[in-house]
Amino acid sequence: MTARLQSLFSSRLKRSIRLGLRSLWLHRLRSLLTMLGIVFGVCSVIAMLAIGEGASFEAQEQIKNLGSQNIILRSVKPPEDQKVSNNQNNFTLDYGLKYEDISRIQATIPGVTTIVPARVMREYVWNITLRVDAEVVGTVSWYPAMRNHRVASGRFFTETDQLAAENVCALGAEMAQRLFPMEEPLGKTVRIGEQYYRVIGVMEALTKAKTDDTGQSSTQQAVDRMFIPLETAKRRYGEVLFKRRSGSFERERVALHEVTVKVEDPEQVVAVSLAVKDLMERNHKKKDYDVVVPLELLRQKEKTKRIFNIVLGSIAAISLLVGGIGIMNIMLANVTERTREIGIRRALGAKRKDIVTQFLIEAVLLSGAGGALGVLLGVAIPFVVSSFAGMKTIITPLSPIAAFTISALVGVIFGLYPALRAAKMDPVEALRHE
Amino acid sequence: MPQPIVSLQEVRRSYKMGDVVVEALRGLSLDIGAGEYVAIMGPSGCGKSTLLNLLGCLDRPTSGHYLLGGTDISSLDDDELSDIRGRRLGFIFQSYNLIQQLNILENIEVPLFYQGRSEEEARAIAIGLAKRVGLERRLDHKPFELSGGQQQRVAIARALASDPLVILADEATGNLDSTSGREILSLFDELNQAGKTLIMVTHDASVGERAQRVVRLSDGQLESDKRRSA
Repeated sequence: MTARLQSLFSSRLKRSIRLGLRSLWLHRLRSLLTMLGIVFGVCSVIAMLAIGEGASFEAQEQIKNLGSQNIILRSVKPPEDQKVSNNQNNFTLDYGLKYEDISRIQATIPGVTTIVPARVMREYVWNITLRVDAEVVGTVSWYPAMRNHRVASGRFFTETDQLAAENVCALGAEMAQRLFPMEEPLGKTVRIGEQYYRVIGVMEALTKAKTDDTGQSSTQQAVDRMFIPLETAKRRYGEVLFKRRSGSFERERVALHEVTVKVEDPEQVVAVSLAVKDLMERNHKKKDYDVVVPLELLRQKEKTKRIFNIVLGSIAAISLLVGGIGIMNIMLANVTERTREIGIRRALGAKRKDIVTQFLIEAVLLSGAGGALGVLLGVAIPFVVSSFAGMKTIITPLSPIAAFTISALVGVIFGLYPALRAAKMDPVEALRHE
Repeated sequence: MPQPIVSLQEVRRSYKMGDVVVEALRGLSLDIGAGEYVAIMGPSGCGKSTLLNLLGCLDRPTSGHYLLGGTDISSLDDDELSDIRGRRLGFIFQSYNLIQQLNILENIEVPLFYQGRSEEEARAIAIGLAKRVGLERRLDHKPFELSGGQQQRVAIARALASDPLVILADEATGNLDSTSGREILSLFDELNQAGKTLIMVTHDASVGERAQRVVRLSDGQLESDKRRSA
């Protein structure tokens, strides 16, 4: 019995849907135009969400690459000194992180496990005639482990290399590709100035887009990095670096360019970072350093993403509202136009709820079709964007499902009033309607 | 006379038009038995349409009682009235009132679906009725592809679909030329001979004469009620 009722109900629903489709098809253009509001609303939200999700995923990846337990200190040229150096040609700039900073941090701040110091020099790296403008990083053997930047082939330099100040290096993946396009780089040598370095390892490629360490200015071009032992760097380059700048020399004395501090307990990262900042402030009169806390950046990103999502949600709500009003408008016109049909159906035995169902189904079909079309477009657009613009996009499965459901709901909400109005008509009046 | 199928007792129906109350029916009593063929006639404004709306359960009397097949419809709610319209009454209108986007077969099926009949059942009934009114070759045509006479025959088939107690016809031949009008009227005769109760409203005397019984209204009241001796 219930099975029979069920099949009756479903056949009735099927019939109503068929009927609804047919009357929407009768006014194809009108139906299409009405749907557009929903289509654009849904499609833009899904597309924007996918692009936003992709961008924030990349940013987070990048921050994770820096290590969420790390605190990164960096030497920064104080801005006021730059002017001075422009006036006095032979002035040596002395700024940045010192070896004492490391020992101070180690001595006074608990919870710090490892520290990675690094010197960074901008140099041309040569392989016979091929040249790459790279950052030469003089650092310690545990750098790869600390910065989540693994070696892809060969090896990183060891303590032994360090002590002996060997001329060995590990190349960044892209740089290795450019310097040795046709051959295996391991065991070959590269030249910087008059020094030759043996390639002992090639690093893994970082997340495709950027290696910019701050994770802030993500538009910056990826930087090629070559790693050499810190000891080697010290001996070959000394502490004073020369920079040639349009006719004038610039000399800087920077002991360390970058120091990475690893905090043992992930919970303590923020506290330790405050202590480090405090310590640095006390010992550096000028602000010639910068502290980057990836975890803080991560939190900031998450916050921005939340705000972005709220804004997006509001846009979605507004566009669905507008789309819904469009549907309501058309359904009201539809009801007025079909007053006579309503009268006929009522005379032939249709109950009020039959009329409500009929018009509600039409409204839901409109908004549902709009939603489906919007989902299709909304899924296609990120696909096109990522294949042509090379941006990463992520479509979370929830967003198309939610968008479709909500747009169908919009049909129910905005179709209800016109449908009720249709059902409330007096059959006698409706039959008399021309 | 056997138990009447339609029984009006002191029925009044008044409308408010602004501040004025217009009485369209003033205490009308009328009994119609099963199998009768009745024409309701009278000048325009005499209350014919109001009476037809009441008989068709599209409207309820202001006072008095209307018994259809023993059920007092003045006490029914909207859903029950809809149900009665669908099961016990068949409507034939002057302007055919077919649903334009449906084909002939689907038009005939409409009342059946509102009674929850299954698709196969409805289809079988509709095909049978289309044959009966001589339109079995036009099943998938749309109403606008048919002549007036053919459309009216579809409407008759639709009115017969739920095998109603009473068939109500409102100026059924009013929009038709005389040939198609005659065809429709002979179809009515056929239906009456098959035992259907027919009530038609008309102002055309020649049409009214086909009925066995002619009820004349004047100013909302019964003027005359004549039976034609067979």
